[in-house]
Amino acid sequence: MATQSSRFAARLMVAPSVFVLFLWMIVPLAMTIWFSFRMYRLLSPDRTGWVGMRNYTWFVTSPDFWLAISNTLLLVGGVLAITIIFGVLIALLIDQPVWGQGPLRILVISPFFVMPPVAASIWENLFMHPQNGMFASLALALGHEPILFMESYPMSSVIFIVSWEWLPFATLILLTALQSLSSEQLEAAEMDGAGALSRFRYIILPHMTRAITVVVLIQTIFLLGIFGEIFTTTQGGPGSASTTLPYMIYKQAVIAKDIGRAAAGGIIAVILANIVAYFLMRGIGKHLDA
Amino acid sequence: MKMTYRALLGASVAACLSGAAMAETTITVATVNNGDMVRMQGLMDDFYAKHPDIKVEWVTLEENVLRQNVTADISTNGGQYDVITIGTYEVPIWGKQGWLESLNDLPADYDVDDLLPAIRGGLTVDGNLYASPFYGESSFVNYRKDLAEKAGVTIPDAPTWDDIKKAAAAMTDKDAGIYGICLRGKAGWGENMAFLTTMANSYGARWFDENWQPQFDQPEWKAVMTDYVELLTQYGPPGASNNGYNENLTLSLQGKCAMRMDATVSAGSLTDPAQSEFADKVGFALAPDAGLGKRANWLWAWSLAVPSSSDAKDAAKTFINWATNKDYIALVASKEGWRNAPPGTRTSLYANAEYAALPFAKMTIDSINAADPTNPTVKPVPYVGVQFVAIPEFAGLATTVGEIFSAALAGQKTVDEALAEAQAAAVDEMTAAGYIK
Amino acid sequence: MARAVTTRRKIFVTAAAWGVALLIFFPVLWMILTSFKTETSAVASPPQLFSADWTLENYAEVWGRSDYPRFFWNSVVISIGSTLLGLAIAIPAAWSMAFVPGRKTKDLLMWMLSTKMMPAVGVLIPMYLLFQRLGIFDTKTGLVLALMLMNLPIIVWMLYTYFKEIPGEILEAARMDGATLWNEIVYVLTPMALPGIASTMLLNIILAWNEAFWTITLTTTKAAPLSAFIASFSAPQGLFYAKLSAASTMAIAPILILGWFSQKQLVRGLTFGAVK
Repeated sequence: MATQSSRFAARLMVAPSVFVLFLWMIVPLAMTIWFSFRMYRLLSPDRTGWVGMRNYTWFVTSPDFWLAISNTLLLVGGVLAITIIFGVLIALLIDQPVWGQGPLRILVISPFFVMPPVAASIWENLFMHPQNGMFASLALALGHEPILFMESYPMSSVIFIVSWEWLPFATLILLTALQSLSSEQLEAAEMDGAGALSRFRYIILPHMTRAITVVVLIQTIFLLGIFGEIFTTTQGGPGSASTTLPYMIYKQAVIAKDIGRAAAGGIIAVILANIVAYFLMRGIGKHLDA
Repeated sequence: MKMTYRALLGASVAACLSGAAMAETTITVATVNNGDMVRMQGLMDDFYAKHPDIKVEWVTLEENVLRQNVTADISTNGGQYDVITIGTYEVPIWGKQGWLESLNDLPADYDVDDLLPAIRGGLTVDGNLYASPFYGESSFVNYRKDLAEKAGVTIPDAPTWDDIKKAAAAMTDKDAGIYGICLRGKAGWGENMAFLTTMANSYGARWFDENWQPQFDQPEWKAVMTDYVELLTQYGPPGASNNGYNENLTLSLQGKCAMRMDATVSAGSLTDPAQSEFADKVGFALAPDAGLGKRANWLWAWSLAVPSSSDAKDAAKTFINWATNKDYIALVASKEGWRNAPPGTRTSLYANAEYAALPFAKMTIDSINAADPTNPTVKPVPYVGVQFVAIPEFAGLATTVGEIFSAALAGQKTVDEALAEAQAAAVDEMTAAGYIK
Repeated sequence: MARAVTTRRKIFVTAAAWGVALLIFFPVLWMILTSFKTETSAVASPPQLFSADWTLENYAEVWGRSDYPRFFWNSVVISIGSTLLGLAIAIPAAWSMAFVPGRKTKDLLMWMLSTKMMPAVGVLIPMYLLFQRLGIFDTKTGLVLALMLMNLPIIVWMLYTYFKEIPGEILEAARMDGATLWNEIVYVLTPMALPGIASTMLLNIILAWNEAFWTITLTTTKAAPLSAFIASFSAPQGLFYAKLSAASTMAIAPILILGWFSQKQLVRGLTFGAVK
């Protein structure tokens, strides 16, 4: 179908997107690489110069580094697991004939419309606060000590909040996939005596693989950079218990005002993202083929 | 002279033309979202009446976000702001860099000699006043008198740490949701480390010795951290490691903190019946000491400054003169009562009989006067600053140390481990910054 | 599903589904309720679902304290502007990727997505300097560009997957009839892809509306949207739950309402090619 000229036209039409995105990527990236090899402290402008790999070694040997990496992966993995498992369950539930399908869906997707800092502060203050939160009141009413969410379970609390934000997205995509499943196929399986569980295992789940892949891919991209929710709730603490790589970079860039180290951290984050992307594509990329 | 002339002209033009278009200067003012600054935004009618040729655009942000944006702007010479709100820590550092405009040429009615000497000293570098204090604060103890009475303890006006420990133990009633003492636990150089550094000062500890060697391996710091963790874990509210200034103030307003050590500026809220039902039961005392001659109180002033990169410096200074003048204090007092007047900046405020009658006025001024930024510790130190060390590296380093100490409070580390980590982090940072070899 | 459903089963499923949905929605509901309470009853223990003293005072105070209409307008301009600009650039790209795929199309798509992987905080100062030097700091233009570029990979990808489901024969038929490339896109492709485009548009408006790092960092007054409005109400001193809830409600209400009304359109195209 494609002639020489239409191929040329096609390239021409992709060009603007590629061009602007390339600029958007390369200019800050180049500046960041440049800064990452330099001494650049905002508050000591007189002290500059090349420092070789020193910013990188500082970052990698910092006592929080591996914890930050594992927290980042834990956050991504935890949120993916929760949103996909509950997303599938909720999709299965609301795919059934129920009264008030429309309003129901509106309720379920609502968290997706809530700005992340707002979501984080609602959960932290109105629910998880150890004195004034609703959970604390409930615990006290039941005769328990209130749970100290941000102190005792900082990572779990952050994962929980982020999962709440992303659950609607996963649910919606999974639901659309579920709705495209032909009911004949399911009925045939039911006739053959397949139970609900094996229908799910052998028909529904394979049908949803592609949708799950999409959810994993899109969410991973967003989750790797999660920062606002941690900033609002635990500030990476207590100690560095909930410090992720983006938060560690934030501390260098904004609190310590050491742009060189923050830049090195940024480059490390890009490398990490690429490693994750590599395994992601190897593991699930085949499901994406048309 | 120029200023008065312009103001006069502006006023008369406004009177003649009443709202007709005129050359307007717009200034962008960056402020934190605390009560006193928000109150100022509500009183702008007065400013506009006096200076109709100046239009003020506000950038009101939460403290951390504001600091991030203002620092990025000033250090890259961005020129986005004409007036910025900064603290005592930033002023000397930024002033030295030439990032701030000297305010020595404010008009005579500004009355610079009326500023409290300790506050003024902290905002002056080489004879140049680089920021004008909007409100100043020290720290002190506030407590519920009814609970102290019930528990049979008296808190002296000038308590020792032993008095504080005993009182905290006596007043704690966890089943009733009453916590003996609330102290800052949230990590940050301006949160837990502000408090802990003052506590350290009173215990004879210090950040660095005369040669910039970090001192966390010294026994004084161990005493500080042991007592701090013990006080809060035994008598403090649950989740103390996530409590900062705001959280503890909220708990105090609800009456859940029997005792709290924090900023003097919160006295206005604490004694305001509209904000707290325990307003008439609040008592105040100086920050405690350990008999070594230094009390655990800090010195801070949220101040207004003009970045050198501003392109409306005259209008910015006009605004600063309005917002930090004696007349402004009188304006707040007339509209919202003396209790709400911005405290801790001017001698004349404390000479005012009406203000001096407020229950916290004397304690506040005594606390401020007791703080000495140039001589903050028992042993000699090479730095200036009471609850901070006025070097650019401090914010980053103290936040790292603050996280380590916050983890110790949450029980994730022992005091010894925390101090060893803090020492290592400090040595590392000070070496990288070239202070020590 | 066409299977016969007993009423009892439907009642059961309905109850379960509504239970789950209400649980998910509850935090939003609770925030809205709290925004109408006094500060004291907002932190009352045990919590009061329905307060005795409803008040609009929080809204009045939040409204009086800041220029809400301006923040709101900036949010509208920035989110819609960046989405429309993004669509204008992405539609041709997605078209050519879908109908004239090359060997590298897949890689190109992945590369586009990977541009989103740099953590924002890592490029804070570079971006700050760029925006300052280009003179687009604190301008709506600057934010429209930034958010457009941030979301462009998502837009391209959504459109690409949607276009791919359109049978190529239709385009060929149009071409036989002498349609130019431009005509083909405007008169054949776009109408067929309209649901996909609508859904892409909605999703990106939501993403742009909710972006809360660059919109705060790269603005001061003129272009600051609702994310900055919220940042001026977070973590103030004293009792603030009710006021914080009121400000939060005001910040998310527009997008929440838009989302509710356009739920069907949003969902219809939100497949990312997940449906075969």
